[in-house]
Amino acid sequence: MATATFRIWRGEKGQGKFQDYTTEVSAGMVVLDAVHQIQAEHAGDLAVRWNCKAGKCGSCSAEINGMPKLMCMTRMNTLPLDQPVTVEPMKAFPHMRDLVTDVSWNYKVKQRIPKFQPRKPDAEDGTWRIAPEDVERVQEFRKCIECYLCQDVCHVLRDHHMHEQFIGPRFLVYAAALEMHPLDVGDRVQELRKDFGIGLCNITKCCTKVCPEGITITDNAIIPLKERVVDRYFDPLSKLFRIFSNPKA
Amino acid sequence: MAEYITHEHDVVIIGAGGAGLSAAVQASAAGARVAVVTKSLLGKAHTVMAEGGIAAAMANVDDRDSWRVHFADTMRGGQYLNNWRMAELHAREAPARVRELEAWGALFDRTKDGRILQRNFGGHRYPRLAHVGDRTGLEMIRTLQDHGIHLGLDVFMEYTIVALLKDGNRIAGAFGYDRERGRFHLFRAKAVVLATGGIGRAFKITSNSWEYTGDGHALAYDAGASLMDMEFVQFHPTGMIWPPSVRGILVTEGVRGEGGVLRNRNGERFMFKDIPPLYVNQTADSEEEGWRYTQGDKNAKRPPELLTRDHVARCIRREVREGRGSPHGGVFLDIAWIKERISNHTEHIKKKLPSMYHQFKHLADIDITQEPMEVGPTTHYMMGGVRVDADSQMSDVPGLFAAGECAAGLHGANRLGGNSLSDLLVFGQRAGEYAAKFAKENPLGAIDTEKLASTEKWALQPFGRTSSENPYTVQHQLQDTMQDLVGIVRQEQEMLQAIERIRELRLASEAVSVDGNREYNAGWHTALDLHNLLTVSEIVTRAALERQESRGAHFRDDFPAKEEQFGKFNILARKGPSGAVQLTREPIPAMREDLQQIIEEMK
Repeated sequence: MATATFRIWRGEKGQGKFQDYTTEVSAGMVVLDAVHQIQAEHAGDLAVRWNCKAGKCGSCSAEINGMPKLMCMTRMNTLPLDQPVTVEPMKAFPHMRDLVTDVSWNYKVKQRIPKFQPRKPDAEDGTWRIAPEDVERVQEFRKCIECYLCQDVCHVLRDHHMHEQFIGPRFLVYAAALEMHPLDVGDRVQELRKDFGIGLCNITKCCTKVCPEGITITDNAIIPLKERVVDRYFDPLSKLFRIFSNPKA
Repeated sequence: MAEYITHEHDVVIIGAGGAGLSAAVQASAAGARVAVVTKSLLGKAHTVMAEGGIAAAMANVDDRDSWRVHFADTMRGGQYLNNWRMAELHAREAPARVRELEAWGALFDRTKDGRILQRNFGGHRYPRLAHVGDRTGLEMIRTLQDHGIHLGLDVFMEYTIVALLKDGNRIAGAFGYDRERGRFHLFRAKAVVLATGGIGRAFKITSNSWEYTGDGHALAYDAGASLMDMEFVQFHPTGMIWPPSVRGILVTEGVRGEGGVLRNRNGERFMFKDIPPLYVNQTADSEEEGWRYTQGDKNAKRPPELLTRDHVARCIRREVREGRGSPHGGVFLDIAWIKERISNHTEHIKKKLPSMYHQFKHLADIDITQEPMEVGPTTHYMMGGVRVDADSQMSDVPGLFAAGECAAGLHGANRLGGNSLSDLLVFGQRAGEYAAKFAKENPLGAIDTEKLASTEKWALQPFGRTSSENPYTVQHQLQDTMQDLVGIVRQEQEMLQAIERIRELRLASEAVSVDGNREYNAGWHTALDLHNLLTVSEIVTRAALERQESRGAHFRDDFPAKEEQFGKFNILARKGPSGAVQLTREPIPAMREDLQQIIEEMK
């Protein structure tokens, strides 16, 4: 049976080094299978976060040969096996141990985004009527499995570490899902501009490229939100109107 | 003396899937200070993998549906071993719970007139499953999560509970460790809700994630609560079987609900050959009628592919055993055939079953719009669990509640597809409500510090050992044992072998050693999970030996018939004074007359 060498990052809190492990490769295998095999055979304490192994929970995010990917959905036959396969933790978040990073920042960011606010129910029994075509756009955003690969690849977070000023593509998608939700009457445009830093995104579309759910993050979520911000704050007529009607805005 | 960090709450919820989050939301709404303790990150629990939908008799698609029909379907599916009061509450309350999710932001697929769309599923008489394509579980958990984070819950992510604490007879809290640092934590609480899910990781081929190690079952059992119906493990008929690394991953019943058919290697629709007497009146007479049913013809009866999961799983096993299986030891599930009926079938399939399309394309190089899938049974769901009061979800231990998969009662001998997500919502909420009530009426219990010290000592033992026993090896051996000896078709001799094997593996588990330190150490976590896996495996096997008949998900080769006298009781398991499993036969209480009447009417 064929074997492959894995060059896995081992260490704690950002300190560590690559270590090579050789393991057998069988038909249809994914990188997470190999990591589990290495764990069972050579490195019992190897830290790796995973859950469903079916691309549905978004736990096993890592950088495989330098590309942000889900380990459970990366098949070995898509990688060149004549050289070692490198597996590293995500870079945009604080390192914990081996392949595991501290993603708690994402949970804090989500809490800052004003929550869903539905309009009054349409029917007397407290239910709503929504046309089938009106759910589709937002359903795309709601496919997100929160793997945070888009956050990992975003240069605003990864290279410039602007975690305080910018919420990242995942949460722009989340905000878009709320803003475009057919029942939602909330308004997050001011926050998007001032607190969430939407202007920092310069639409390089790296996030769209790495999304394992194929969400068109930049075109369908971020650009329409940017347009809302522009319409509100940079349209000359409405700006004049705002200055006269509410000087504080 | 144990070293630990102390937390204090009114209600501690163990598990953050659909049931745990529903309980948390409700307990918090009732004014309780709530902690949610979860083995994974928030929003990653096994609920995300649920595909098909939430069963709720809203009658949006077929106005003949009502809670009464749903009740009767659930009881029939469970072969009347269900707790009928739970089945009643579930059928009555599920529609309100679905509407609540919508009010919190869930976006279900719609009917043409803009209401929540409902789809057909096995064992449900009418289209009943509210759904979002084939990712309903993700929608549900995300909605509960996004609603819950604004309620002031204290969420402890990546924490594992290893023991429940009692003050005399009642619950006093829980004790566990955090994965990141390996520190111990004491959670003092007036009430504890178990919402830990199932036991699928006791088997080799399973659709379940790593978390499903029977934690709630074992914690409750060790704390003196009764477990019930533990012989009933559901094997979902359609899991992926090829390539080997994806073996067990679920293929939603929704494929069959949308018109997918099962064929053997000869191209035969073998499900038509064997239709159980309870379902003859509800099953299509021809392939033509079955197709019409899946396309919404209200006068058509459902195709035999949509019979209950236990039956379909056994039929698949029979085809394979008798040499009519597919190349990799399963059968064919074909949705591509609908091109004969639908002009834009490729788009149609991608729209209705997006994750299935993606899953097969990506993991198996199969385009399900063009070619059949290969499928076979996979361990999917545990009907058995903590015995609870139907209304409050409280166990035999005062202050200890259980909801969702780790509780027993609603599903009896076999669960219908779609009844799990609704179970989580209905009884998660009830558990949260009654746990908050219990917390209001009772003070904090005293903590048994000796128990903390002994638990901590036990948990750290694997680090001190020098044996070569590897926790992963013991886990794999247990999985092989349960798969081979206590699987879909059971018999006494094999199960007695399993008992012996489990005894040996228990000894091995007490000798495992682990390397490294306490920080995020997967080997250590696996070593500690073994206790729960072994405990539930033994109880499943003993209960399966005790039930000398075949009913629902439990099939005995040596007792292939259903026996009337075995339909009169549930099997309870408790930890005896010597530590051995004690089984008792608990008579099923007589059903309320109005409910009996519903059953009669719906026959």
